[in-house]
Amino acid sequence: MKNKSLVSIHDITKEDYEKVLHLAEQFEANPRRKILEDAVVATLFFEPSTRTRLSFESAASHLGAKVIGFSDAATSSVKKGETLKDTILTVSNYSDIIIMRHPKEGSARYASEVSPVPIINAGDGANQHPTQCLLDLYSIRKTQKTLDNLHIAFVGDLKYGRTVHSLVIALTNYNTTFHLVSPLELKLPSSIKMHIKEKNLEYYQYTELDEVIPKVDILYMTRIQQERFADSLDYERVKNAYILKNKMLENGKKNLKVMHPLPRINEITEDVDNNPKAYYFTQAKNGVFVRQALLAIILGVDNKI
Amino acid sequence: MAKQNIHHPKNNPKNIRQDRRELKVSAIENGTVIDHIPPLSVFQVIRILNLDNITNQIMIGTNLDSQKLGKKGIIKVSNKYFESEEINKIALVAPTATLIVIKDYTVVYKAKVEIPDKIKKIVKCINPNCITNHENIPTNFSVIDKEDLRLLCHYCEKVTKKEVINFI
Repeated sequence: MKNKSLVSIHDITKEDYEKVLHLAEQFEANPRRKILEDAVVATLFFEPSTRTRLSFESAASHLGAKVIGFSDAATSSVKKGETLKDTILTVSNYSDIIIMRHPKEGSARYASEVSPVPIINAGDGANQHPTQCLLDLYSIRKTQKTLDNLHIAFVGDLKYGRTVHSLVIALTNYNTTFHLVSPLELKLPSSIKMHIKEKNLEYYQYTELDEVIPKVDILYMTRIQQERFADSLDYERVKNAYILKNKMLENGKKNLKVMHPLPRINEITEDVDNNPKAYYFTQAKNGVFVRQALLAIILGVDNKI
Repeated sequence: MAKQNIHHPKNNPKNIRQDRRELKVSAIENGTVIDHIPPLSVFQVIRILNLDNITNQIMIGTNLDSQKLGKKGIIKVSNKYFESEEINKIALVAPTATLIVIKDYTVVYKAKVEIPDKIKKIVKCINPNCITNHENIPTNFSVIDKEDLRLLCHYCEKVTKKEVINFI
């Protein structure tokens, strides 16, 4: 992965995941290691995503790197009509690595092809968000002490959720049994199910949340977005169907953890937050360690750890 | 492939009439013949190859009898030879087509067109939010299903299916 861009979860192997997770553990034990003091990290957020940007900037700061960039295309020359290529070529003159978020799918791949410095994709439209996937793997492994042979439920919008797609694909390397809970119109696409079938793994589909809770080690909740429905009546019908309440977790296994990529709206009620099974805020914190690991590996300083 | 001397009048004067009757469209001295085009695709091939904008002599036949296809179309373009990238475009709409290169009335190359593994520049990505539809970037697809023609975008990772293919 050294000096290479990270655009899509398809670009990296199981061995790469393990390397990142292993290093992330070391950063968790001691996050402040100034091994990138000479480096300049650019964060180019062509659309706002405060959470992801701050996580990357925190990771870069812990490593001692300088951070430059913009948090919204409206304040950059993109607004004047500059092409993506020109922006990337210009910023690559000023930085050692570019972290970019862009509303158009495929933008990060294109940037990685024109950029002389590595690109980390921090989300390209509805397509890929590989660092989210890696921090999810890290969180699962940390809470379950393993990634192998787990029962994992995905709940909510399984059709459009890029987080779900990437994570399902990554987990097919670990003999996972998948429990897929969604309204009929938001089922996991068959192209993703193909990946599960190719590895001869099992998946079960549900429309009710209750019955799946006692079966699983991880309950991965996602938000159902209104704009996914052509008919607002359909949205009204399903929007409250997948709300996790504290009481529902009583039947959960001892090791069950609830994850969510955040932001949540109403799909996890606040009374869950104090349940020891709630893991979504720690999950977000883990993102910093995973991003530290990625910056260190890609910029070739992981041997200094 | 061995040279076939199929249309040379000097070599084979007795057969000219028969050849022409079989072919329905006159032989050309130099150029390219695209044979075995599905009749419904003939005009699409013309458009894709931009034949309506060149000054070369072109002979077009369609709904001709064909043993292989029942009915077929044929296009003969004098004094023009195509790059393989242009020929790839034909394979997308006319997978049965045969490409024949003629020099001095002689077939110097004959092959079925083939859908390539990669398709660059010529097809538009179906995803309106794909970066290739917003910046001046040549499209790039992997053909993931040649039978049913499904193209995976190298950039946005979405699949463009046969029914919705649009040419740039």
